[in-house]
Amino acid sequence: MRAFAQLFTSLDETNKTNEKVKVLKNYFNCVPDTDKMHMLALFSGRKPKRQINATQFRTWAIEASNIPAWLFEESYHVVGDLAETVALLLPDHGNSSNKTLTEWIGEINALNNMPEVEKHDWLNRSWAMLDAQERFVFNKILTGSFRVGVSQNLVIKALADVAELDAATITHRMMGNWMPETYLYEELVHTDTALEDVSRPYPFFLAYPVQETSEKQKSPEAMQALLGNADEWQAEWKWDGIRAQLIKREGEIFIWSRGEDLATDKFPELHALLHHLPDGTVLDGEILSFRNGLPLPFAVLQTRIGRKTLSKKILEDSPVALIAYDCLEYDGEDIRYKTQTERRQLLEGLQATTPYPEVFNISSLITFNSWDELAEIREQSRDMMAEGIMLKRKDAHYQVGRRRGDWWKWKIDPLSIDAVMIYAQKGHGRRADLYTDYTFAVWDGDKLVPFAKAYSGLTDTEINKVDSFVKRNTLEKFGPVRTVKPELVFEIGFEGINKSTRHKSGVALRFPRILRWRHDKPKEEADTIETLKALLGEG
Amino acid sequence: MLQKPLLEFTDKGIYCAKGNFYIDPWQPVDDAVITHAHADHAYTGHKRYLAHHLSREVLYYRLGDIQLQTVEYGEKVMKNGVEISLFPAGHVIGSAQIRVESQGQVWVVSGDYKTEDDGVCTPFEPVNCHHFISECTFGMPIYKWKPQSEIFADVNNWWRQNVAQNLATVIVGYSLGKAQRILQNLDLSIGNIYTHGVIENTNEALRRNGIVLQPTNRITQESVKEEVRKGIIIAPPSSVGTPWMRKFVPYSFGYCSGWMALRGAKRRRAADRGFVMSDHADWTGLISAIDATRCESVYLTHGSTATFSRYLRDIGFDAHEVHTLYGGEEESPSQTLPGREGFDEEATGEVVISSLPSGEGEGGAAI
Repeated sequence: MRAFAQLFTSLDETNKTNEKVKVLKNYFNCVPDTDKMHMLALFSGRKPKRQINATQFRTWAIEASNIPAWLFEESYHVVGDLAETVALLLPDHGNSSNKTLTEWIGEINALNNMPEVEKHDWLNRSWAMLDAQERFVFNKILTGSFRVGVSQNLVIKALADVAELDAATITHRMMGNWMPETYLYEELVHTDTALEDVSRPYPFFLAYPVQETSEKQKSPEAMQALLGNADEWQAEWKWDGIRAQLIKREGEIFIWSRGEDLATDKFPELHALLHHLPDGTVLDGEILSFRNGLPLPFAVLQTRIGRKTLSKKILEDSPVALIAYDCLEYDGEDIRYKTQTERRQLLEGLQATTPYPEVFNISSLITFNSWDELAEIREQSRDMMAEGIMLKRKDAHYQVGRRRGDWWKWKIDPLSIDAVMIYAQKGHGRRADLYTDYTFAVWDGDKLVPFAKAYSGLTDTEINKVDSFVKRNTLEKFGPVRTVKPELVFEIGFEGINKSTRHKSGVALRFPRILRWRHDKPKEEADTIETLKALLGEG
Repeated sequence: MLQKPLLEFTDKGIYCAKGNFYIDPWQPVDDAVITHAHADHAYTGHKRYLAHHLSREVLYYRLGDIQLQTVEYGEKVMKNGVEISLFPAGHVIGSAQIRVESQGQVWVVSGDYKTEDDGVCTPFEPVNCHHFISECTFGMPIYKWKPQSEIFADVNNWWRQNVAQNLATVIVGYSLGKAQRILQNLDLSIGNIYTHGVIENTNEALRRNGIVLQPTNRITQESVKEEVRKGIIIAPPSSVGTPWMRKFVPYSFGYCSGWMALRGAKRRRAADRGFVMSDHADWTGLISAIDATRCESVYLTHGSTATFSRYLRDIGFDAHEVHTLYGGEEESPSQTLPGREGFDEEATGEVVISSLPSGEGEGGAAI
């Protein structure tokens, strides 16, 4: 555990990419192969099954730290991270653990089905064996909230260097459903390509935004300068659903979401179409709620995401279908090296012969002759239930990850509204102990009605200013939440708006975030609930 | 019959009506007793100052030509029948707790303090009293310091590694207190110590006061950059990110502060190394210090006052939260105070100037 804790500390201590890669390589070079696999699993979001639940963890931590429960909660609010709070509160016995990461995770997995009293005993003994930094990473593993300030790309780059393989191969082999207990390091870094797992998806190719923010509109001239001639590009609508990869190999079917979750069971409507595909086919596409051949808002799809079981009613209320974008494997061959146009032809061929055209749609191509024309077409995005336009270079290969150059997304401007901040709460992680999470309200007559929460969009300097405002203008405290004197006005941007019975304001927003601080607006000039509701038709 | 309290909180500072003097006042007064020379405790504009003699030169340097009387620890001064004496607070060189006694009633004002002996200033000494006015900057159980020998072993190792990797070493700590504590514990076999002008001015003031410090070199226009890069540079928080500091690129930058105990605070500072080291008492230190006074009541002036006073009441103390300008409930590790050199940066997160509970009449937090 010492090496793993040290890895965590060293990664925290640098913002420099090269330095991080060095630290990672150093780690790979000094730990056993099984530890490497466990580390890769943790760093790519494959956490061990939770054996000690949140209540047990909290209760036992309070007991072991020998302080009242309220003081534990106060400490948690200051630290902003449960694992770290517990690591800091527990008494230090001056120990440090020689056990490997593999051994620790083995012990955690062995807790399964153990009586509660034994789990409790094991946890106390384990805490006593570790120093504060080790306790912190141990708690992170145990509570399943493992997030590190390092991208998977960097981890893969370091591993690729150590294993002397290229990063794209490692990325591919890191995809899908594997367990560090059964996936061997030799399998990950082997040089023989015949050993691939039938369920394994390809890494997704992601588009780069044409414009970073809505304030920086791209003119057709700027599009020409950025992308060159319009006739080198294929344009499609940018659909707002769940990006997915659909696999048919050796008679088996798999549906992967972009978060690398195996979601085959979540979309029974798509099984028949997949079974009908020839073996050795992999499609890239978007899964959306559809009715009568038309996509429904994301909010409809949301009602079935995250459900363990899909009731008949849910399947009826929000049926899904696929809009296919691309074909990555054809007749058992990885065809990512082929051009966009070639892959598109193969995809069209597959779609043309499906007996299930109502669930197997193809993302239609937009006909346009100039950037001017496309800019005009883009204005219809909201009517099409699309988020904007996707641009794909006709001779592009299917690449790995988010890359500048061949795939671009040209999103429409967010909807926006001016709102007053009325509540604030402290953030987590880097923003712990700073008021960074705000609730915004609009006017309903002379009352302010809360309608959205947002955390992102301000610079560090602005956050410090708002934090200081919150501290000086608190009206009431409810646990971690503060009611703040209504005064500051912000422009809130969002991608969509829907009716909601769960929210006081009667609306729910999609991706709300702060666009800017309206220093120029007094609170009286913030928008009203009527203005907000008028946008309902557009979201 | 109840005695009238000897000290009270006013909008100018902690006041002794009987002796007609203030302790660490923040508004101009006639007589000010000063716990230590940090700017949030030693304000300018008073007629007469009383402080420990080791604060003398720093006070002159920071406040100019003031009328200052200095005393030794334990020496008694009478003011209108009230006895004043100073005891070591262990916070920075010259820092003192102020003991005030009249008619058998004893009060102690802690100023800022730490309980660990840092080898640089006179160690903290608990003083028996009826009423203890204490800071609690780090009055949360998440703050527990390691012995400084461990921290300085880390600091020296880090410096040694930087030299080996051809990186300059910049260590940040405020100019009175942390800077001297750092420089006295550096291993001179690794290299020389270089100082930012603001820090060297304070060092010089302390040397005029008879304090012996390890040799330091002021960084000036004439300094040879290659030489400086091989040594260690002690810089104040206000210099972080300035062109002055960028002259030493590539460097590794370490930050010494109690706030470094939290990962979030550490990441916000973007320091390469965060050394958890404070001149304030940690959770355990605060509780043991308060307990050792055997006081009847304790008043908490700045830091995590709400949380800490509640906990003290839980374990049986008569604890009260009071508002002063030495920080306030909201002090936090998030703020820096550029251009306010001399403030104890750890203790003054943010100065909240709001209505202050005044002594008698208004009740509230009055004593």
